[in-house]
Amino acid sequence: MSVLSCSGLGFRVRDAELLNDIDLEVRLGETLGIVGPNGSGKSTLLKLLAGLRAPATGEVRLGGQRLGELSRRSIAQQLAVVEQQADTDEAIRVFDAVALGRTPWLSALSPWSSEDDAIVRQALHDVDAAHLSKRTWRSLSGGERQRVHIARALAQRPQILLLDEPTNHLDIQHQLAILREVQSLPVTTLIALHDLNQALTCDRLAVLDHGRLVALGKPLEVLTPQRLLDTFGVQAHYLTDPFDGAQILRLRST
Amino acid sequence: MTATLIRTLLALGMLSLAVLAGVAIGETPIDPLVVLQVLANKLWGAGYALNPIDEGIVWNYRLTRALVAAACGAGLATCGVILQSLLRNPLAEPYLLGISAGASTGAVLVALLGVGAGLLTLSAGAFVGAMTAFALVVLLARVSGTSGGAGQIILAGIAGSQLFNAMTAFLITKSASSEQARGILFWLLGNLSGVRWPSVWLAVPVAVAGLVVCLWHRRALDAFTFGVDSAASLGIAVRRVQLVLIGCAALVTAVMVSIVGSIGFVGLVIPHAARLMLGTGHSRLLPASALGGALFLIAADVLSRTLIKGQVIPVGVITALVGAPVFALILIGRRNAR
Repeated sequence: MSVLSCSGLGFRVRDAELLNDIDLEVRLGETLGIVGPNGSGKSTLLKLLAGLRAPATGEVRLGGQRLGELSRRSIAQQLAVVEQQADTDEAIRVFDAVALGRTPWLSALSPWSSEDDAIVRQALHDVDAAHLSKRTWRSLSGGERQRVHIARALAQRPQILLLDEPTNHLDIQHQLAILREVQSLPVTTLIALHDLNQALTCDRLAVLDHGRLVALGKPLEVLTPQRLLDTFGVQAHYLTDPFDGAQILRLRST
Repeated sequence: MTATLIRTLLALGMLSLAVLAGVAIGETPIDPLVVLQVLANKLWGAGYALNPIDEGIVWNYRLTRALVAAACGAGLATCGVILQSLLRNPLAEPYLLGISAGASTGAVLVALLGVGAGLLTLSAGAFVGAMTAFALVVLLARVSGTSGGAGQIILAGIAGSQLFNAMTAFLITKSASSEQARGILFWLLGNLSGVRWPSVWLAVPVAVAGLVVCLWHRRALDAFTFGVDSAASLGIAVRRVQLVLIGCAALVTAVMVSIVGSIGFVGLVIPHAARLMLGTGHSRLLPASALGGALFLIAADVLSRTLIKGQVIPVGVITALVGAPVFALILIGRRNAR
């Protein structure tokens, strides 16, 4: 079953065509990775799917309904976004930053409840950041900030989570930790990734090239040596990890 | 809930004390007890025997002045909070963004054209001027830099202020008699001496309404912490909220400017202090800033009347003397935060 889909999706800024005729169906519960070279349209696709930009052509459907017909609030109750490097100068506390995730569920008159409190604490716990809750945003490292962003998205209690290169600028330990956390979450996840070996751990992969969807399917079927040469311009072959039998990509420049 | 009630009562208590002090202190000090007796006479017909001159000074001059100062301070501080949160810029406030200058031009234009010099027409003119100025400043900031640098909009604001101040000066020189010109120039610097009860009936409801609208949107204001896209993904109808709140800020600024002229830095100093003391949540930041603004401007007004014997310094001069150093401190603080 498709929880989020798009058809004929296109987007352009002035003359530059950033996305062209994308058809995609995200299945319930899966982790769908989006890969592609820089500028291939990964971030743009996520923004369109989240309804943060209006498409030039085509449409996005969330749970069968057109995105344009839904209010921002009801979209936010179903779908959460973790942007790349969203930052602030405010001396906001971690708990309050995560509490923002409750915004779509609260109205002007509804007070903050103990249930909201519990959801925020659970979200912090889920990304292993409970100990940070009293710290201020500015005092956090890049990896800690990213985990707080993910906790905020989780506090929205979404069915679908969109993440834009969440492991960027993190050290390797935190990259792997965040990836593992994200994939263990009981939600449908759409994740733009830079590292192809990390992308291999997704359920399915979508490959973007110059704003077009050029491949979609199981990681090992999609990331063939020919595809990697055509799209990424690298020589590739697979090795088998003697430790657990997993396939690993070895990449070389042409 | 009870905690909120206690805080509200505490705030109103502080405000009442400040107004009382604002009325009692002046070139001729008036016993606070006499002030209370005047209030009792006027509000409940208590019938205390009082000197009618004292009674007149308290009721018609000092009280109106203190109330308008409170409303104006609260309104401008609220505007500061809105602009800082929506533009994500700690230096944003009506005066520095040229909104006050635009409002002045609008009000002066209405006054000189003689479309009717009533408070409401002045305010309407000021509102149009304020919106025009803000639109121009935002447009200039957008066109001149897509990087969204924090300084960009302040620079645009300076350009806007200069333009509208020049237009005001031009209008005055061209069309005003020398007497009118003197009056307008004094009013432009921020001046509370002309206010009577009709001003109170305009300023107080507008300040309260502005605060209520902002409190209604407090969660939306919180949601802008990590930027516009983040707010949208948290379910905020970004365009609508921006329009409502910027319109609100422009309206409050316009009304205050048309009553007391452009008073700067209240919207900068007070929200900054409130953030330092209470943190970033708007449910506390907004009422605290409004209260702080009210107290600050009452105090500034008292200073403006008592600092030099026999002279009244424009209250805008006092706020700038406090505000400009704070502006400098925030600038330095931002550099260190990088």
